[in-house]
Amino acid sequence: MDGAQTPAGAALAEDTWTVAGRTFRSRLIVGTGKYKDYAQNAAAAEAAGAEIVTVALRRVNLSDPSQPMLVDYVKPDRFTFLPNTAGCFTGEEAVRTLRLAREAGGWDLVKLEVLSDTKHLLPDMEETLRALKLLISEGFQVMVYCTDDPVYAKKLEDAGAAAIMPAAAPIGSGRGIQNALNLGLIIEQTKVPVLVDAGVGTASDAVIAMELGCEAVLMNTAIAGAQDPIRMATAMKHAVIAGREAFLAGRMPKRMYADPSSPLSGLI
Amino acid sequence: MTLTINGETRDFTGFSHLAALVEALGLDPRKVAVERNLEIVPRSAYHATPIADGDRIEIVHFIGGG
Repeated sequence: MDGAQTPAGAALAEDTWTVAGRTFRSRLIVGTGKYKDYAQNAAAAEAAGAEIVTVALRRVNLSDPSQPMLVDYVKPDRFTFLPNTAGCFTGEEAVRTLRLAREAGGWDLVKLEVLSDTKHLLPDMEETLRALKLLISEGFQVMVYCTDDPVYAKKLEDAGAAAIMPAAAPIGSGRGIQNALNLGLIIEQTKVPVLVDAGVGTASDAVIAMELGCEAVLMNTAIAGAQDPIRMATAMKHAVIAGREAFLAGRMPKRMYADPSSPLSGLI
Repeated sequence: MTLTINGETRDFTGFSHLAALVEALGLDPRKVAVERNLEIVPRSAYHATPIADGDRIEIVHFIGGG
């Protein structure tokens, strides 16, 4: 950077966010599921400008150990891996999965999701809270996928969650933010980062999440399921920046009636 | 020696520690994590970890997920 950088540019460069003591510039976390292949996946993560990617942990395929591996494309030295507990329905399963993930990646920052019904994939909050306590006792820093219930969000925060991540809508539904009021309440009351996780469908949904004051947005299907995932990844990158900048700028008040932009005085 | 690896029962002969098993399966030890009888085995301990008849081994890695 040279000395000619504008003050606005300098402010933009310093707009970082921090979770569990780690600081990031990008406010867009992307998933790594549902892509055509790992090459497209890596290209989308790059286009999104993401610094964090979520990953899942599964058994290796013993019948074909030479098949492509995620880490050969989406490289752990380029992206911070955020291992998830997708597919876990109990706290014990989540702990076992993330212990293995920590060994596979040497990392204690994790995403907890304890799901309930496979039809809507909404989290089982009672079990999520129990799993969170187990994971914290094991030394994990836990970003928690949750419902948009401010009461449970507070319980998670009080239990030591590193981030609160309410669903905007069911995972993979692409229905956008269904309860902006609840999200706003959660954002207002929470001292750790709040991220919208799940339910984003298109760029405007990400903008709204950031305008509400989320620290970041986590999405997978909105990018992977687009007709052109790389282009949508770019759109989401801009959307998150736009929403964040609008939040920082402070929007104008809404009015009932028009207010002319051109002066009415001095008319000929 | 019969092992259950990732839920599959398989027979092996000729080696006694985990590092040899991982190699025999054609896996890069830097890219996997291993559990033996529900206990995580640190990567640094593969050579020092014996395997025995009846062991249940899980070998996992990172895949795409949201």
